Amino acid sequence: MMEDKLKALKAAFPYTLPVMTGYLFLGMAFGILLNSKGYSFIWALFMSIIIFAGSMQYVAIELLCVAFNPLNAFIMTLMVNARHLFYGLSLLEKYNTAGKKKFYLMFGLTDETFSILCATEPPDGVNKGWFMFFVTFLNHLYWITACVLGGILGSLVSFNTKGIDFVMTALFVVIFLNQWKSQKRHAPALIGIGASVICLLIFGAQNFIIPAMGLILISLAFYRKPFEKGAEKCYLPSSSQSS
Amino acid sequence: MLLTVQQSIIIILTISVGTFLTRSLPFILFPANRETPKFVLYLGEVLPFACISLLIVYCLKNVSLLSAPHGLPEAIAITAIVLVHLWKNNVLLSIGGGTLLYMLLVQFIFV
Repeated sequence: MMEDKLKALKAAFPYTLPVMTGYLFLGMAFGILLNSKGYSFIWALFMSIIIFAGSMQYVAIELLCVAFNPLNAFIMTLMVNARHLFYGLSLLEKYNTAGKKKFYLMFGLTDETFSILCATEPPDGVNKGWFMFFVTFLNHLYWITACVLGGILGSLVSFNTKGIDFVMTALFVVIFLNQWKSQKRHAPALIGIGASVICLLIFGAQNFIIPAMGLILISLAFYRKPFEKGAEKCYLPSSSQSS
Repeated sequence: MLLTVQQSIIIILTISVGTFLTRSLPFILFPANRETPKFVLYLGEVLPFACISLLIVYCLKNVSLLSAPHGLPEAIAITAIVLVHLWKNNVLLSIGGGTLLYMLLVQFIFV
């Protein structure tokens, strides 16, 4: 059992390296920003452990700096994180093989964890559930470390972090390229771009995510027939139960 | 700090619960012990690709093409990332290099 876990940890680590880079920048910038609002690194530690969401923690800083309104905070959270609904849908089958670890996997389903797990199958002989667990857990550790470091550094030094958040854009562009190269059919990726850009132009930056999700769903529903016609290989859902 | 310690904790807990809710809802709606509808399974196959596209647009949502610098820093940095990644296929180089280039662009060139 111990050997299984170690093997999964070793297999997971290389996949998490790009996220480590991204989180180090982004988490530290978060800690620095939070510190500048009068919240010490203890708060960065607390938030990175129990929220563990990149963009939402930035929004959280804003919510901590306005009048106390938990209902507003709750609705904002649902709006900003609505895209996570799609991640769960994409990973239903994979996560169902993870047993009790599924709860932690759901909790830790960030953009970056999703981007690794949706595109990656663990090497042969590696336990799937533990592989997914360690990808999530390592990312969580990087995030906590970075947020706390930022909180501490923020009180000691200052440097120009302008543009640092581009690290996430860069990460997603690279994942997009890797996905593109791995697939013969590019319609889902193109639908994603088309629908998002159209909704961004119509609804504006603050409100486009939910309409974009709707338009993506409708477009993908129309694409189902051609997709299944073109699917030459039989789709085999993974049925191995392990925990 | 504008809020008290208790108020801050309540806000943070609220955000934590909301985040967990959006992440776990699909698993609550489609539990493992019941058969998942075919359409949902199909979505699971194609959504990952559409999602990454959505995320890229989401990251770029505040870029204005109409006002200076007209999205040029983003366009230059993304082009560089694509070229470097297709050329070297090194994830860390593509991400690290692209981000540094972008930071240099917005801090020194398109100020």
